[in-house]
Amino acid sequence: MIRLKVNGIARQFDGDPAMPLLWYLRDLLQLTGTKISCGIGICGTCFVHVNGEPVHSCVTSMKRVDGKEILTIEGLSANGDHPVQQAWMQVRVPQCGYCHSGHIMRAVALLKNKPNPTDRDIDEAMEGNICRCGTYQRVRQAIKLAAGVKA
Amino acid sequence: MNKIDLVSRRGFLGNVFSAGALVLGAEALPARAAASQNTATAWQPSVYLGIETDGGVIIVAHRSEMGQGSRTSVPMILADELDADWRRVRIEQAIGDPRYGRQDTDGSRSIRDFFTPMREAGATARLMLIRAAAEQWGVPPTECESDLHTIVHHPTHRRLGYGELATAASKLAVPKKEELHFKPKSSWRYIGKGVPSYDLAALGNGKAIFGMDARVDGMVYASIEHPPVFGGKVKSYDDKEALQVAGVSRTVPIPPFTPPAGYQPLGGIAVIADNTWSAFQGRKKLHIEWDHGPNQTYNSSEYKKELQETVHKPGKVLRNEGNVDAGFANGGKIVEADYYVPLLAQAPMEPMVAVADYRDGKLAVWAPVQSPQWVQEYAAKQLGITKEDVTCHVTLLGGGFGRKDKPDFVLEAAVLSKQIGKPVKVVWSQQDNIKFSYYNACCALYMKAAVGENGRPTAWLQRSVFPPIPSTFILNAVYGDAGHLGQGWTDMPFDIPNLRVENGPAKPHVRIGWMRSVAAIYQVFAIQSFADELAHLAGRDPLDFLLDLIGKPRILDLTKTEYPNFGAPYNLYPIDTGRLRRVTELVAEKAEWGKRKLGKRSGLGIAAYQNTLSYVATVVEVNVDDQGNIHIPRVDTAVDAGTIVDPDRVRAQMEGSAVFATSIVRNGEITATNGVIDQSNYHDYRVARISEAPYQTNVYLVDSDAPPTGVGEPGIGPCIAAFCNAIFAATGKRIRDLPIGEQRLI
Repeated sequence: MIRLKVNGIARQFDGDPAMPLLWYLRDLLQLTGTKISCGIGICGTCFVHVNGEPVHSCVTSMKRVDGKEILTIEGLSANGDHPVQQAWMQVRVPQCGYCHSGHIMRAVALLKNKPNPTDRDIDEAMEGNICRCGTYQRVRQAIKLAAGVKA
Repeated sequence: MNKIDLVSRRGFLGNVFSAGALVLGAEALPARAAASQNTATAWQPSVYLGIETDGGVIIVAHRSEMGQGSRTSVPMILADELDADWRRVRIEQAIGDPRYGRQDTDGSRSIRDFFTPMREAGATARLMLIRAAAEQWGVPPTECESDLHTIVHHPTHRRLGYGELATAASKLAVPKKEELHFKPKSSWRYIGKGVPSYDLAALGNGKAIFGMDARVDGMVYASIEHPPVFGGKVKSYDDKEALQVAGVSRTVPIPPFTPPAGYQPLGGIAVIADNTWSAFQGRKKLHIEWDHGPNQTYNSSEYKKELQETVHKPGKVLRNEGNVDAGFANGGKIVEADYYVPLLAQAPMEPMVAVADYRDGKLAVWAPVQSPQWVQEYAAKQLGITKEDVTCHVTLLGGGFGRKDKPDFVLEAAVLSKQIGKPVKVVWSQQDNIKFSYYNACCALYMKAAVGENGRPTAWLQRSVFPPIPSTFILNAVYGDAGHLGQGWTDMPFDIPNLRVENGPAKPHVRIGWMRSVAAIYQVFAIQSFADELAHLAGRDPLDFLLDLIGKPRILDLTKTEYPNFGAPYNLYPIDTGRLRRVTELVAEKAEWGKRKLGKRSGLGIAAYQNTLSYVATVVEVNVDDQGNIHIPRVDTAVDAGTIVDPDRVRAQMEGSAVFATSIVRNGEITATNGVIDQSNYHDYRVARISEAPYQTNVYLVDSDAPPTGVGEPGIGPCIAAFCNAIFAATGKRIRDLPIGEQRLI
């Protein structure tokens, strides 16, 4: 039996311990804010936080999150008003928006470690997040806005 | 199941509205319709508007939302003309139904096609509300006006809200079109200013429902192993190991398609499970013996050579002015160049996915599709039912780029649901997405010019060869269709006395389809690169040379050419080289062309073109560092798209187009070996990441009262060419074969 916390709620899982966290969240808990794209941990669409660190939920097995605390986009803020989410709206970042919960989760982790990120910090952190609509310039702008850095 | 389920129970529009609501249909008005209560199913409208008695306004978004913003901006036009308070507007996504008019969301047409119908719907409703108020007050309607969700009688300062008037208005006769008064531009509240996306909050908090998030009760999951080679078949298979995987319940063979492929399922073996991951795992344990079929000898590198040979032979003449052969014979310097663009995949972030529920001869689907009416048509054909028996609910699309116009994946879900008697969710992986696309055609292009005084061409020949999109639908189609040849080929805008435009034949070995900007990707790349080559050969400034080629402002005469003009009447939307000139001059000025100080191995490139009836000119700045890495510090783009509805979304489309173009130039390439697509995911079909994308794209909008035109696609072609021209300016390396890939630039 695997025990974990998802957005503050204690959960138990007795299925295949090799199942990636992503599918547990999406198919079993119906927390579909976390999205699937590449499935091999290279596009960042599925980022969630495990004990505060951003991980690719599509390649993180359930057995590796035993005893861990998971935070998904649904748990990031009560009303979608985390400073990063607010900045995202203010800059009108999303186009299709599919990859943006991954972007937001990654950006939140970046700002936790680097409250005043440089362009280079942002590029390094966000390099793992693909946006096929091409919203990168606004991603950078929103991160700076959330950080209170002058863009 | 929350949102999606609700939509399903509503069915067609009538039930959305409570009793007493005023329901109007845009296209049917005023000719056929009479406003009445909840009898809308008798109408044939393209768009619906409802005003509830509590003042709530419901606008049905009938186009698909894939990031371009039309789910917000099309209803916003109606809301503006209605003088509605946007905060009281609720948007409902339409199911597929021909009564909405054209729902196929492609060709950058949503705003262009529905600007006027939306305004008419809004103006009609507003006039009816005014008349209802006037009647109630016993005053002439001319003394009444709308004022943000209310009608006001100025002489007595009386006011009535839209909700209070809805029932009375619904009983009035529908005014004729001639009676309508449109708001003057100066009174527009939303058009030209824009509002945030209706879904913005939901996109930021994970609550937005994409196709991948659709779910219905009792649903099972399916993952399909497709024939690795297009046109292949299952010879035999062994599913024993697959069935051992926990959660897997069964496998189902899907029969191969009957050529031409069209939108039929590719065939293969489906693994059915109680969750997505089990279906994926089970699929890995299948043992299938394939008959790879006729395309197993297809190798893209050899095919490229074939296209390059064909492009040097005379082709079908599409446009012919003056006498090109005489022009070449008259001497002057002859310049020739070959260009090539490989197959490309749309690769949206959300892979193909669909939920289908077949029961009692009827099919319901929930899917991220660009064309719900095509789902109805082709799913019905596949299952042997009528299209009226198919209900297609459209979710948000996690990117489309043309791929989600093709409903093959929806048909797979439909076939499986019918076969196993349960709702089925078919989930493709990103690998499936890359390997089983309808690819943007690979294309060889040959350019030839005789160069006279000032390096100006006196004769110009251009010939393209590519497997055409019609080949996916018609056996033995080998020539490009007029629509796609009209994207930067037959509409060549340069002022050259002797001009011939040709296209040669090519047989496909994969499904060819359209991707954002389609044929403009290769056609604009070739023409605008060749123009730049000629400028440099003549020792002339590429901007001056480009303006010289565009020539004096004039309307292109294409009467002798088959030119569909993106489905728009040519008299309303002619190709006006004056507008092309203007965006070119504007972008040059804003980009400080010729004035900017650039560093080592840095350069600017320029290109301009018209596409989807819009005019776009782009300047790209490139810097190549000491390691040979390419950086794009800045892109400047000027756009003339006629009347602009939401300037921020137009900017967003141009920013995104610059990134999309960057991906094509840097690494965009699908190849095949023995009929099998070599690429499989974002590591080997690379798309631009944040550090590879332009750092900053500045967009300049031409202020125009011309009818609105498309903005989703036209930014891509000019940006591809300007990028390559900038690389030449920075390094002296001419990019004639895309992508750059691993080529060394220094």
